[in-house]
Amino acid sequence: MSTVVLLLATGLGLGALYFLVASGLSLIYGLMGVLNFAHGSFLTLGAFAGWETARRLGGDSWGSLLLSLLVGAGVGALAAVLTELLLIRRLYERHIEQVLVTVGLALATVALFDGIWGTDAIFVTGPGWFDETTTILGARVPNDRFLLIGVALLVLGGIVAFLRFTRFGLVIRAGVENRSMVTALGIDVRRAFTVVFAIGGAAAGLGGVLASHYFGYVSPQLGGSLLIFAFIVTVIGGLGSLLGAAIASVVVAVLQQMANFYLSGTGDLVVVLLLATVLLVRPSGLMGARA
Amino acid sequence: MSQSGPVLRVRGLSARIGQQQVVEDVTLEVPAQGVTALLGRNGVGKTSTIKAVLGLVERNGVVELDGERIDTLPTHRIVQRGVGYVPEDREVFGSLSVEENLRLAERSANPRRDLVADLFPDIIARGQQAAGTLSGGQQQMVALARALLNDNRLLLVDEPTKGLSPKLVGEVTEALERAAQVVPILLVEQNLVVARRLADRAVVMADGRVVHTGDAAELLDDEQRVVSLLGVGSTGSSHGSSHDSGSHPDPSTHDQEVRS
Repeated sequence: MSTVVLLLATGLGLGALYFLVASGLSLIYGLMGVLNFAHGSFLTLGAFAGWETARRLGGDSWGSLLLSLLVGAGVGALAAVLTELLLIRRLYERHIEQVLVTVGLALATVALFDGIWGTDAIFVTGPGWFDETTTILGARVPNDRFLLIGVALLVLGGIVAFLRFTRFGLVIRAGVENRSMVTALGIDVRRAFTVVFAIGGAAAGLGGVLASHYFGYVSPQLGGSLLIFAFIVTVIGGLGSLLGAAIASVVVAVLQQMANFYLSGTGDLVVVLLLATVLLVRPSGLMGARA
Repeated sequence: MSQSGPVLRVRGLSARIGQQQVVEDVTLEVPAQGVTALLGRNGVGKTSTIKAVLGLVERNGVVELDGERIDTLPTHRIVQRGVGYVPEDREVFGSLSVEENLRLAERSANPRRDLVADLFPDIIARGQQAAGTLSGGQQQMVALARALLNDNRLLLVDEPTKGLSPKLVGEVTEALERAAQVVPILLVEQNLVVARRLADRAVVMADGRVVHTGDAAELLDDEQRVVSLLGVGSTGSSHGSSHDSGSHPDPSTHDQEVRS
């Protein structure tokens, strides 16, 4: 029983990370049709920015963690906005070029991060509470999982509230359904594009800082390694569906952890099989709009 | 609103969708009052002409709104200048509520909520219902309401009665009749009875070009000319393919030839 609880808690923590990356990917694809392969770079940059912040503050306190989270989110948002304004905006409706540019940006930024911070993993420490565990039903669950889950829930709630109760949110929801009709109502949908990139970048940057604590290190490859699973989660959840991304994040991460433990480390294989099954049975994903 | 000149002037408008030329050298004017019907068989380029005016498809040519060129502007700016659009097939946002559909369309601080409530009390009563769950007729009301909420200089209305029951056709026609009292309308309409009731002027297209411009009643009362230009009797709908062999209108019937 305690093993199952531990696997569930670890899966939920990992699922929280997947969601923080996938939420932005899903919104960006849903509204703009852009498959953003550079999204992992926002996460990595956020992680490094967060680590630099905590390091300069010289402490493993809650204050430095909070500030590193804010800086990570801000840097991720800024990087995403610049990417949208300088690169993607010229390429709307040109999907091949978008893929080439975002893949190129992902490769270039990894090389840039290698140049700045080196290729070796940098170990990260957080508040002492992170090193402790909490016992639940006999399982000793590392405390950082709770922070990950809590932040992911806050981000989910925040994005849902933004989409539900703001004018921008209304424009984004309508744009996900029918972008050209939003334009035909006299709305400059490009501003919504920038806002969505900012939200996605902030969530990824936040995810980067949290991922560095979850894995215990930050490296230039951090974003890329999570991006693959975030894409899988986005497809399984249904492109453009935030709730779908949230559900799929949990399903994929928990399944991955269970398979790794009970099926001799076959977690990644099981996730790929799940993806294939969903694509065969329900190509639009769990909560995506049917074609 | 300028009362002297046309509200919309289109000169040499061409449009393409992908590699296909769908509108070719169209020249037309919409007076500052009343309804101008854009008629023609299916697939002759009426919807594409409307979309080209709005910049929703790739196009060339001159489009002027009240004498000012708008063809260089992006779609949202054209709409902000006072062009309301009611698209073919409604295109309401199905996952949003009726109220959210309306709120999204509001461009000014003082939208014409009273007019919309007066014209479409049924949809106002369904404000919290998802627009995608409405009937086709109710969705059409939402689409019309979105355009009527704003103080527009021109409405572009594309096949508003398509697929509706006779009762709903009557309601939509009435709503358009009232709307036409406050804003000029360029109306694409296949139902010639509706066109006859609403339109003052008619522009007929064939194969992506304008082939006739003139008084709507005069055209629609002339059975022979209606058959020749639109391929049906004046009490029917002008369906049919522009590519039907031998179905091209006879240019000799033109009231007013449009230079191409």
